[in-house]
Amino acid sequence: MASLWFWIVAAMIATYVVLDGFDLGAGAIYLVAAKTNEERRRVLRAIGPVWDGNEVWLLAAGGTLYFAFPQLYASSFSGFYLPLMIVLWLLMLRAIGIEFRAHIENRVWQDFFDVVFSVSSILLAVFFGAALGNVVRGVPLDATGYFFEPLWTNFKLGPHTGILDWYTVLTGVVALVTLTAHGSYYVALKTDEDLGRRARGFALLCWPLQFFLTFSTLVATYFIRPDIMVNYGKHPAGILVPIVVVASLGVMLWANPKGKEKLAFVASSLYITAMLVGAAFALYPVVLPARDRQHDLTIYNTAAGSHGLSVGLVWWTLGAALAVTYFAFVYRKFRGKVQLGEGHY
Amino acid sequence: MDSALFVHRLHFAFTATFHYLFPQLTMGLALLIVVLKTIGLRRNDPVYHEAARFWGKIFGINFVLGVVTGIPMEFQFGTNWSHFSRFAGGVIGQTLGMEGMFAFFLESAFLGLFLYGEKRLSPKAHWLSAVAVFVGSWLSGYFIIATDAFMQHPVGYFTAPDGSLQLTSFWALVLNPWAGWQYAHNMSGAVITGAFIMASVGAFYLLSGKWTEHARIFVKAGVIAGCLFSVLQIFPTGDRQGKMVTDLQPVTLAAMEGLFQGQSGAPLVIVGQPNEQQGKIDNPLEVPKMLSMLTYKRWNANVRGLDAFPKQDWPGNIPLLYYSYHIMVGLGTFFIAVMVVASFLLWRGKLFNSRWMLWILMLAAPFPYIANTAGWMTAELGRQPWLVYGLMRTENGYSKAVSAGNGMFTLLGFMGIYTVLGILFLFLIRREIEHGPVAGHESVSNLPPATEAR
Ligand code: HDD
Ligand code: HEM
Ligand code: HEM
Repeated sequence: MASLWFWIVAAMIATYVVLDGFDLGAGAIYLVAAKTNEERRRVLRAIGPVWDGNEVWLLAAGGTLYFAFPQLYASSFSGFYLPLMIVLWLLMLRAIGIEFRAHIENRVWQDFFDVVFSVSSILLAVFFGAALGNVVRGVPLDATGYFFEPLWTNFKLGPHTGILDWYTVLTGVVALVTLTAHGSYYVALKTDEDLGRRARGFALLCWPLQFFLTFSTLVATYFIRPDIMVNYGKHPAGILVPIVVVASLGVMLWANPKGKEKLAFVASSLYITAMLVGAAFALYPVVLPARDRQHDLTIYNTAAGSHGLSVGLVWWTLGAALAVTYFAFVYRKFRGKVQLGEGHY
Repeated sequence: MDSALFVHRLHFAFTATFHYLFPQLTMGLALLIVVLKTIGLRRNDPVYHEAARFWGKIFGINFVLGVVTGIPMEFQFGTNWSHFSRFAGGVIGQTLGMEGMFAFFLESAFLGLFLYGEKRLSPKAHWLSAVAVFVGSWLSGYFIIATDAFMQHPVGYFTAPDGSLQLTSFWALVLNPWAGWQYAHNMSGAVITGAFIMASVGAFYLLSGKWTEHARIFVKAGVIAGCLFSVLQIFPTGDRQGKMVTDLQPVTLAAMEGLFQGQSGAPLVIVGQPNEQQGKIDNPLEVPKMLSMLTYKRWNANVRGLDAFPKQDWPGNIPLLYYSYHIMVGLGTFFIAVMVVASFLLWRGKLFNSRWMLWILMLAAPFPYIANTAGWMTAELGRQPWLVYGLMRTENGYSKAVSAGNGMFTLLGFMGIYTVLGILFLFLIRREIEHGPVAGHESVSNLPPATEAR
């Protein structure tokens, strides 16, 4: 039962990254790709009706984590106290950047919120990547099951490492590049003319970086945590993960110049999913590795009681089915290239 | 007091209080907007549609603030109250998880359609999206209230061998009797906020002679809803809440009422300052025997006072608790008075020309916010010293790993950001009110402005 919930939470996190990832990425290229006011409005229009719904996947994943693994939620949220608070502030700034810009037709007002939106999107992408890096690298958990990490110490991987060290900065950069590419494909898909062309150009620029960084992170990860390969050895099905990663990178490279934006976007989504599933697969059944491995948090010592978990399965399935229905409906209603001249933004 | 404990409490109190300023209007307006749209659809009246669109814009701004201040709330259970989460997460994780899966998805998906999709949807489908937003926000209210109700009155759990609470009965948790009345009372309070705000904006337009046709709708809808829900707020919902506190948290009741010594035929204190040092109320103005009547429905019933309980089980801050409670009840009485008079004038057809009444309606806008905040302070301070009533004390629930200094840092950060958000919010709302319900027109109606009735 706990294993099932492990994969449910992992799937929700992956959904979050794929969905909110494209609007974060759109934010990352926003200032440079969209030059005129009209183009900026088009980018905002492309993400406007959906970004809040996308972000709800983060909340729902958090809520599900809380419900299924309360001990993990308690340890990790208090241990990552400072970065989480910074993430919260960035989420706030980003939301008002998107929503408040359109209320006043004034150059100064709009320039201000443009920068707020774009900078907070970039920083969020980096922080999310660094968070994943922390989870893979392990944190200084002690016998009580708690820890507290400062933001940084000396950027080296020692026993007293902080949230940011060279490894987690690297994963942060990987996340930024990946989401920038992902957002560029989305913008290319939703807009045309100069803006669409520029977005495609950005994606093209990201590609070699993404390729190079993917492999260097894998090497770095193996270097600091050789045991990540254990599960891959045990379950041959794991080989699918690298295959999907490489294949989706190939599809992106091929589809983008050909103007097949939808295919490129789907490939990018697959790439993200495969990277996250790969990380979850390598960790399982550990959910938060400790620097001192005997204090690892696993699905077994963090899960809620079994009655609660079974009951949850009923309502979770119902809720997820409903959520997918709404999303399908909303994305259908707003499908196609964006047009200005109706509604807000 | 242990200073880390103090910082974490203040952190939660500050962010929760600020957050709740927005959902109360969201939930109240969501209902009123559905009413406006329904009337618009049935009568095929464009003015009602314009009215709904105008309130939709205000709703949109308010909603953004509700979302951005709500996200930190969810995180704080883990960041600032991790020992509590570890202890109770096996139970309240259920309601919090359901809130995300059932309420937030519904709300956020359909809000986009409601605000930006009017041209892409048929009128019926647009109406449905308004209903979906209403249902989503009211569901969200239920799940979070059920969470709070568990902390006030834990049900449906057992204590696992490792000391944590785990679920035994889903239905007991979701149908907690405490949650039912608390929800009814709280939602009614939210509609009061929505109604007073709508009436207030309408009154402002009428007094300044702008958009009078729309303004009459606002005032009318606000006054009718305000009157109905102000009455519901006291009876039965407030009365039942009081009864539950009497039965299940008698020490809280004694502190709320400032009853230091238990007695039969206990009086109800209307005004007066609790004097903890001497264990009495200074300058009391009392209704004899009333408290016994209200709590036990008998004039001579014995009501237990604070002296019946060990001091370590008293709520920590009795004066603040007492004042919060009395402010809530005092304002509740004031709301009924205002709304009954306004409804009477409306019925007689005089309301739109009674400038004095419109002035009162216009200026009353902030008071529901105060009453709702005071109500929550009553509930949360009254629960002290328990975090989960009878099971976990507040001092055992905060994140021991997060030092007072780190907590203070983020508390100050929130205070700064929330100040900016608050200013932006007021600024944008003021602009919407100034623009009025119909873009680009000073005033579209030929109805005369409000003049003093002769
Ligand atoms: C417009 C707002 C408003 C108004 C006018 C009132 N209330 Fe209230 N009250 C609330 C808004 C509220 C609230 C914000 O909704 C609370 C806080 C927690 C909760 O569930 O509801 C609440 C809680 C609350 C509690 C629970 C305290 C606890 O849990 O310890 C009681 C006993 C009452 N109320 C009683 C009353 C009575 C007798 C009123 C008579 C005038 C009244 N309220 C008016
Ligand atoms: C229904 C949702 C809510 C839940 C689950 C909840 C939960 C909590 C928790 C965990 C604490 C910290 C522990 C403590 O000090 O007791 C707290 C304290 C507090 N909350 Fe709430 N709260 C909710 C709603 C609100 C709202 C809407 C307000 C707004 C006015 C509020 C006002 C406070 C205050 C003033 C405190 C501090 C009490 C003290 O430190 O003595 N709460 N609440
Ligand atoms: C401490 C407890 C609370 C937590 C953890 C919490 C959590 C949240 C979160 C995460 C959101 C954003 C949802 C989104 O992105 O769409 C939100 C908004 C909302 N919350 Fe809260 N909240 C708390 C207190 C309350 C209370 C006491 C109520 C009312 C009874 C309430 C009602 C709502 C509603 C209706 C919304 C929708 C957005 C809005 O109203 O602007 N919340 N809350």
